[in-house]
Amino acid sequence: MKKAIYLSAVVFIAVVAVIVSCSKSIEGRTDNAPALAPANIDLNAGTWKPVLLTSASEFAVPAPAATNTPDYIAQVNEIKTWQADLTKDEKAIVKYWSAGAVLRWNEILRELVAKHNLPPYQNADGTYPFPNANNPLAYPQFPFANPPYAGRAYAYVSAAQYDALVAAWYYKKLYNRAAPYTVDATVKALIPKSDLPSYPSEDAVVAGVSVELLKLLFPGDQDYIQQKAEEHKRARIIAGANVRSDIEAGEALGKAVAQKFVTRARGDRAGAAAGNQAQWTQLETDCIARGETPWYSLELPKRPPMLPLFGKVKAFLFDSLTAISLRPGAPPLVNSPKMKTETAEIYEFVNNPTRERTRIVHFWADGVGTYAPPGHWDAIAAEDFIPKNFSEVRWARNLALINMSLMDAGIVCWDTKYFYFNPRPTQLDPKIKTITGIPNFPAYISGHSTFSGAAATILGHIIPERAAAYDAMAQEASMSRMYGGIHYRSDCEVGLVVGKNIGNYAVQRAITDGAE
Amino acid sequence: MKKLLKRTIAVAACYCAILLPTTATAQTDLDAIMMEKSAFCVGPMYSYTSWKNYWEGTLKRDNLNLGRVSTQMIGLMGAYGITRKLNALFSVPYVSTKASAGTLHGMKGIQDLSLFLKWKAYQKRMGDGRLSVFTIGGVSFPLSNYTPDYLPLSIGLYSSTASARLMVDYEQRGLYVTGSATYVARKNFKIDRSSYYTTQLHLTNEVEMPDGASYNVRLGFRNQRVIAEAILNQWRTLGGFDITRNNMPFPSNKMNATTVGFNFKYVLPKIPQLSIVVGGSNTIAGRNVGQSTNVYGSFFYVLDFSPREKSSDKPSKTN
Repeated sequence: MKKAIYLSAVVFIAVVAVIVSCSKSIEGRTDNAPALAPANIDLNAGTWKPVLLTSASEFAVPAPAATNTPDYIAQVNEIKTWQADLTKDEKAIVKYWSAGAVLRWNEILRELVAKHNLPPYQNADGTYPFPNANNPLAYPQFPFANPPYAGRAYAYVSAAQYDALVAAWYYKKLYNRAAPYTVDATVKALIPKSDLPSYPSEDAVVAGVSVELLKLLFPGDQDYIQQKAEEHKRARIIAGANVRSDIEAGEALGKAVAQKFVTRARGDRAGAAAGNQAQWTQLETDCIARGETPWYSLELPKRPPMLPLFGKVKAFLFDSLTAISLRPGAPPLVNSPKMKTETAEIYEFVNNPTRERTRIVHFWADGVGTYAPPGHWDAIAAEDFIPKNFSEVRWARNLALINMSLMDAGIVCWDTKYFYFNPRPTQLDPKIKTITGIPNFPAYISGHSTFSGAAATILGHIIPERAAAYDAMAQEASMSRMYGGIHYRSDCEVGLVVGKNIGNYAVQRAITDGAE
Repeated sequence: MKKLLKRTIAVAACYCAILLPTTATAQTDLDAIMMEKSAFCVGPMYSYTSWKNYWEGTLKRDNLNLGRVSTQMIGLMGAYGITRKLNALFSVPYVSTKASAGTLHGMKGIQDLSLFLKWKAYQKRMGDGRLSVFTIGGVSFPLSNYTPDYLPLSIGLYSSTASARLMVDYEQRGLYVTGSATYVARKNFKIDRSSYYTTQLHLTNEVEMPDGASYNVRLGFRNQRVIAEAILNQWRTLGGFDITRNNMPFPSNKMNATTVGFNFKYVLPKIPQLSIVVGGSNTIAGRNVGQSTNVYGSFFYVLDFSPREKSSDKPSKTN
């Protein structure tokens, strides 16, 4: 009988062993992205039109040492020392960063947004605390990376990377110092070789500019950001792509350019976008004075509206008067038959969910704990850019165009939302239970639709063969908000049109920035 | 007739499921009772689970935007005696969820099919008592394409599972104690989103699902008519991450729960094929789960599929 116990134990252990031995590790879509090997190195990108810099040479970069000097030779030897004994981790970071500096820093930024996209928990008295940039680690942590905040963060980082790389390309062509693997044939190139001059290092430029902006945008995550930057710079030396002076000059240039953007960010009125009680009340009073039903928060306890003054933030692609001119006409009056029809349509959607509609709702929700709708469009763009083999400067330029249009879409959308202060469907008909969370701001116009209309328009310009696909995605993203029960048809349809108008400003810039 | 009665009573096995917020466990696979050969026991069951407070990581809180979250389940469960020592069990639940406050819509649908093979591997008389050892293997998989990425209102976690359990039972004059330990391997699955954040950003729709383990102790009395028992159950996620402050739950959270409960079964004297089961449980400790209370009830009916000439006095067929 002991035999039977023994046998059952063996069977048990065997079954468990088989089950446990199944590997579960998952792989991200870009984990094994190929090393960047640009089809065109865009050698003349130093002539492209920057966003904020007055010229590509606004910040001086000193001439590099010649490649036959002892100093340079010492730097080449540093590479050789690394390469003589590479660990698995070192090979892994070379591979990771070789996919592209702009790609990886965009992913890091998306990760930080997702980490911080959390609405603060209420105080005991039913009010809500606000994150404090000067005390970022205290609860609620700074920032609350909600969609407008995220859109602005992506825009600043991308635009600053672009300007810094335009400057870097200017000096690359000017000084024309070859890459270490070209200077010394015994240096291994662990990344694809390129004819692009290596001084200053484009990777260090991107790392430097990103660190400075992320310090402003995510002040509580400095350790993580610094660690990524150190790893990035080290990876380029290990790879034989840059000597230390390439890196140092690039990093210094990146940090200098970043300061222009940091200064702009401090003065772009985003800091005042949360408003105060008097301003929140004023929105309600103004709406009532117009004879309309004001929006109110559907959260318990009622939460102050999200960034009601974000519509006043300084846009990248147009001035503030243009921003106001992009505001669409009024939504249907709350008591109009049209609004009743539109509300009834949403009631039908939420009570007859199909699996496909629920999929669409969740695919595009990009709500709490995600990289937000602008991040979703960055992900779509980035994954389509990878097979295009763009140079770093073109990667940055394209993402800057997309992200400036996303930020500006956020500005015009938020201006519209708080100008009309229109209620959500559930406010007009409490029987409407939603398939995703109701965002805490007025309905008209849909943020997803505005973001998506803008992003699809500029993306369709950058990759024309995908233009129809991007339009279809924008359409689906827009509809997802109706299926989810949180927007009326007017919010979505008008939002898409407004978004496209904003995207066209980015297209205009693209046509004239010297890169096409 | 007598034989049928005896068989029916022995079938005490057939009752079931409490639905933890995190794990559906059919209790038949957790007890020491075996079906007779060729007996098939089947019945509907209803369960109601709800919670108002939950653990966000280790922090206990409520949520005014959810109110009370409730899960109703109607299931069909059954057990079949392949032999006296080898039983097969199944359960199919239909689940619907609801939040009493806030604006989120509940969900409903057919959840996961569970199948178990229970083998009484060893039995020994020890004086007055009797010691039995069982091994139980189980699998479960979703029967519909529901979304798990809508917690706490998803109807399930969508992860297919395989489980292995070792169970020991000691009985003396109707009093018994049953203890078991289970390893549950949980398969990765895909969600509708193309990325998600755990403690880092994942650019994939595939969710790495941590395995789990559960421990179950039952103490009670059983005879041919009645089972009355107290149950302590512990579910542990082997890995996973905590819900961050004021964030939404996610299927691969580190969900842990300790529940205490009772289970009562009564075989109707006049219709011995039919039994009634009621029970309930309370979550006394947890992490990333609701502090739930559960009640359930069910009926079971035993059908005898053994060859007729062996179980009947009359060998002739009648119309």
